[in-house]
Amino acid sequence: MLEALPLVFVLIGLALYTVLGGADFGAGFWQLFAGRGRGAERVREEAHHSIGPVWEANHVWLIFVITVFWTAYPIAFGSIASTLAVPLFIAVIGIVFRGAAYALRAGAANVRESTRIDTIFALSSILTPFALGAAIGGIATDRVPVGNAAGDLWSSWLNPTSILIGVLAVATSAYLAAVYLAADAAREQDGELERDFRVRALGAGVVAGAIAFAGIFIVDADNHELFHSLLSGRALPAVIASALAGSATLALVYRRRYEPARYGAALAVAAIVAGWAAARWPTILPGLTVDQAAAGHDTLVAIVVAVLAGAAVVFPSLALLFGLVLRGRFGVTQPSTSVTQPREQGRPRVAPRLLVRAAVACLIAGFGLLTVAETSWAHAIGLACLFGFVVTAFCAIVFPAVGEETAQPL
Amino acid sequence: MLLASGSLAPVQQDYLLQARQMQAMSFAVHIPLVAFAISFPAMLLFVEWLALRTGDPLYLTLARRWSRVMVALFAVGVITGTVLSFEMGLLWPNFMGTFGSVFGLGFAIEGFSFFLEAIFIGIYVYGWGRLSPRTHLLSGIPIVITGFTGSLMVISVNAWMNHPGGFRLRGGAVVDVNPWKALLANSYLWHELIHMYIAGYIVSGFIVAGVYAFGRLRGRWGRYERTALAIPLTVAALAAPVQVLVGDWAAREVASTQPTKLAAFEGLYATTRGAPEHLLGWYTNDQVRYGIEIPHLLSFLSTHKWNATVEGLAAVPAAERPPVNVVRFAFQTMVGIGTLLALLGFVYVATWARRKRLPESTWFYRALVVAGPLSVVALIAGWTVTEVGRQPWVVYRVMPTAAAVTGADGIPVGYATLGASYLVVGIGLAWVLVRLARRPLDLPSEPSPALETL
Repeated sequence: MLEALPLVFVLIGLALYTVLGGADFGAGFWQLFAGRGRGAERVREEAHHSIGPVWEANHVWLIFVITVFWTAYPIAFGSIASTLAVPLFIAVIGIVFRGAAYALRAGAANVRESTRIDTIFALSSILTPFALGAAIGGIATDRVPVGNAAGDLWSSWLNPTSILIGVLAVATSAYLAAVYLAADAAREQDGELERDFRVRALGAGVVAGAIAFAGIFIVDADNHELFHSLLSGRALPAVIASALAGSATLALVYRRRYEPARYGAALAVAAIVAGWAAARWPTILPGLTVDQAAAGHDTLVAIVVAVLAGAAVVFPSLALLFGLVLRGRFGVTQPSTSVTQPREQGRPRVAPRLLVRAAVACLIAGFGLLTVAETSWAHAIGLACLFGFVVTAFCAIVFPAVGEETAQPL
Repeated sequence: MLLASGSLAPVQQDYLLQARQMQAMSFAVHIPLVAFAISFPAMLLFVEWLALRTGDPLYLTLARRWSRVMVALFAVGVITGTVLSFEMGLLWPNFMGTFGSVFGLGFAIEGFSFFLEAIFIGIYVYGWGRLSPRTHLLSGIPIVITGFTGSLMVISVNAWMNHPGGFRLRGGAVVDVNPWKALLANSYLWHELIHMYIAGYIVSGFIVAGVYAFGRLRGRWGRYERTALAIPLTVAALAAPVQVLVGDWAAREVASTQPTKLAAFEGLYATTRGAPEHLLGWYTNDQVRYGIEIPHLLSFLSTHKWNATVEGLAAVPAAERPPVNVVRFAFQTMVGIGTLLALLGFVYVATWARRKRLPESTWFYRALVVAGPLSVVALIAGWTVTEVGRQPWVVYRVMPTAAAVTGADGIPVGYATLGASYLVVGIGLAWVLVRLARRPLDLPSEPSPALETL
């Protein structure tokens, strides 16, 4: 049980990354297929702004998945990372260009520049989910054996199932993004933009559904075992749930019920991830069960404690962020409240001479305890003194400098 | 048998050196961004706090402009950090496969820290003008805290690699793992952490101050520029002398835990009583040639005793010694630059103490312009000292780097691709920072909401 718990966390993280991070990649997809003209420009702007506050936080789900996986299942991690080095490297290069393009857009001075940057953003936004999906396909079809680069560097991810999952990842991302963006546009009461994204959502949803359906036959031809395990026994309910949720979310988008459509899409993704895990259970890689792959007892306890404690802090923070975003507090059309209202008039009151004395005292004490003394506790106190020195001396210098009444202010 | 041993089998890798260089390049790109991430938000919040206290729009403008810089640097830091986490597996799968259960937890906790950082950067940057001023200021505080906790956890892993503990090896397999002990009960952690944390403030302080010093040389010297220069410069000027004391402490810690690394700082071959230190010079044939000898200095640095005995490189077999000249050169670069920066800081503080104003000499501002890039060089040199000095081990005296490397082909291709990508990203980042700096100041009126989007 303990051996499987971190894997559950990893799969939850994977589903959340697919749903949240995937939508951010999909926003890039729509920048490439925004069409032409003024409407296209608006589509690109909306796609850019919608991910602004959240893409970094959403990206961290990937880091979460990786770090929990390598802590809890180190051998499996080493085997996967070495055999699937090529798609993972492609994915990370995509992540590099996507993040960089996002940062660069702040400097764009006109539409021509921002369009160019958006194109880089879009291409890398397609590359990354494809490569990550292809890597998943390699694991799913048992093409990653245990060992240091023991599998084939190319066929492990350039195979029918990998390509299917890669393409499906891109299509799903595009679909999710279009649903979110339509919801954003609806919230901002921008009918034209909402229509644009709704059409895109329906189109992408139908395409993703068709790929998933055709995928059944591709998987059957490529790896009958995976096909069989997905469509039998414990995995089947999850696969059916995923298909139902996927169809339902399309219907919801059609009826302009975007909010439930988001959750429906999340459910469809979570169900297929769960189905995949159920189909493989208890195998993690060929010949390696979850129990065999798991780290020792103390490490597993530590990682479970860390994840639960981390979740207790991260989820309320995420709720705060998404709450602000979804309530439209971050919408670009919101009027700006004045930030220049001072809470308290006047500059900070300080006694410079006292600060200088305190700073000198801290410095002398810090030197004595860190540099002259030899025990650890003295070093710790000495460091605290040196920290005190920096803070007090900073105040002693900066407060008079930024005050307006001093003889020679800045 | 693979599973029984609990680790992956070592492989022959022709491009081990390239793998190490690729990893080093990735660190060298990421670390200056980390330096900003751990220190710049604190300076930014201080300015915003001043804005709140005084109601002076100048501080508000400064804070808003700095927050755009922070967001651009953070975005690039996110991606370069992601590259590092991927490379752990892509380049060193045996290291991860064997010891992931020992140190992986550090990165998992760092992941949560990074999570909070990303969430609150989102709230902070997009909350300008949309949250109440006080809430907005408060939303920045987690960014400062997570900057510290993130570096704490990452450095706890690095400290573990340098001074491993919290596990036992039985027949090549890792047993009796205690990850908390491995990461946090490590005497080697604290000097590395403090040294890096202070370095962060020195780097971002001197770089930001250097930007405005450059502006002063070009004739831009209003109250806005003076404020924007004084705050980061004061931080860096105070941190730089403190760093000298912390560095001295770090050297003593290295001397007691990693004597071979300390011997490589100097190129000391034989174990020596009252060991000297050579400035400059070149290590060849087991001795330092062409250097300026300072008697007893290495003994003094390692224990604060003039006649202490210092263990030489000869104490370990030749195959277990780091590349001495790289470590020596990096060490002297770090110490040399660090000393110059401390002197520059001293000049600044002394001017304040005596005249209650900023220095007026043009040379001071020229020096400041150079100090920023030099501080980055010192930062990277410092990490070179600790990481190359650890070689040939990935886990000090437990696992050789050669046993950690991947068996996959194509390391040179990956190295070249990543190098080219980083070149493009670096040029792009420079472009966007220049663009941001050149935006009109819009003082003293309130910034218009139309400008705020980033």
